[in-house]
Formats: sequence, structure tokens, C-alpha cells
Amino acid sequence: MFIAAGAAVIIAMAIAIVRLILGPTVYDRILAVNVFGSKALLLIAVLGFLTDRPEFMDIALVYALISFVATIALMKFFKFAHLGQPHSGDNLGDL
Amino acid sequence: MSLIADIFSWIFILLGSAFVLIGAIGLIRFPDVYSRMHAAGITDTLGIGLMFLGMIVQSGLTLVSLKLVLIIMFMFFASPTATHALAQAALGSGLKPQLAEDRTAKPKDEEGDEP
Repeated sequence: MFIAAGAAVIIAMAIAIVRLILGPTVYDRILAVNVFGSKALLLIAVLGFLTDRPEFMDIALVYALISFVATIALMKFFKFAHLGQPHSGDNLGDL
Repeated sequence: MSLIADIFSWIFILLGSAFVLIGAIGLIRFPDVYSRMHAAGITDTLGIGLMFLGMIVQSGLTLVSLKLVLIIMFMFFASPTATHALAQAALGSGLKPQLAEDRTAKPKDEEGDEP
């Protein structure tokens, strides 16, 4: 059961890498990275069940959080070309 | 009891794997970035939801189930947020969605014909 699920997830990860390589715009590539992150989350959980190690769920939880933050940071970087300085004038920051 | 739990987790995990594969096929087959986002959303909600539901059935009432429920809840909030931000960034950068008919065409006797 978990071997089948892991195989499906690995195939989907390979397809996401194909989209990452030949995506025409940068947004396709960000989308592929996002999809790859959620597939990696699934793969970590499946591996935790396959090897019978419940600590992997903690890693999956942290991976979900970091993957979301990484996606938002990538989009912010490609939209504003920097990550945090005030965009114009005031020093209130980029709230 | 164990047999029933096994059957249910088989069903859930295989359905989740099928949705993951469907989302991946859509990711590579759809024509532009907005429809690819639509395909990728299947993976984040139905794929992760069903596969983790199967794992919850498999592991019973333990701390592992609690962590899986937390991951499912987080993904249900985070995935639409990321997709919405991505769509807005793509639209803001001037990337037009690909339409079946040309709805941006000007009414007649404007300049030129853009297919």
C-alpha cells in the first residue's frame, strides 16, 4: 500500500521536475517548485510509515511550513526584486 | 477490525495516489500557467487530504494522527493562499490567461486583427 503510494508520489515528482525544466515563464517554475514541495511532504510521510518511524511526521510538519514560506518569499522576490527593504520613500517597510 | 481499517486505508491511499497522478498529468498537459495552477490544486487538497486520511486510519488514535491532522489543516489554509498569491503575481506581471475565444478583442473597425 505505502509502496504504491510512494511510487505514485515519485512519478508525480518527476513530472513536476519536467515542468520545472521546460516551464516557459518563471511562474510555471514557481508553481512546479510548490507542487514539488507538497509531493516531498507526502513522500516524507509515506517513508515514515514504510520504515515505521513516527518522528518523520514532525519533519513533514516542519517541511509544510517551510515550503509555504519559501513559495511566498520566491514570489515576493520575483515581484519586487528584493525581499524586505521599503519599496519607495518611507521606512515603514513593505507591510 | 484490523482488516476493516486496512481496507479503508487502502481505499483512501489509492484514491489519494490517483489524485496525485491526475494532478501531475494536468501539470504537464495544460496549456498555460493558470490552468496548471488549477491542476496543481488537486494535489494539495484531495491528494494530501485522502492520503493522510488513509494514514490516520492506519495509525489509529495516536500522536501521529494529531500531527497528520495538523498538516492537513495547514495545507488547507496554505495552499489556496499560495495559489492566490501566485495567480495575482502572474496577472500583475502582464501574463494573460489563455482563452478559448478572444474576449479582449476590440469591437470592429479598430486596428488590426490579433488572432
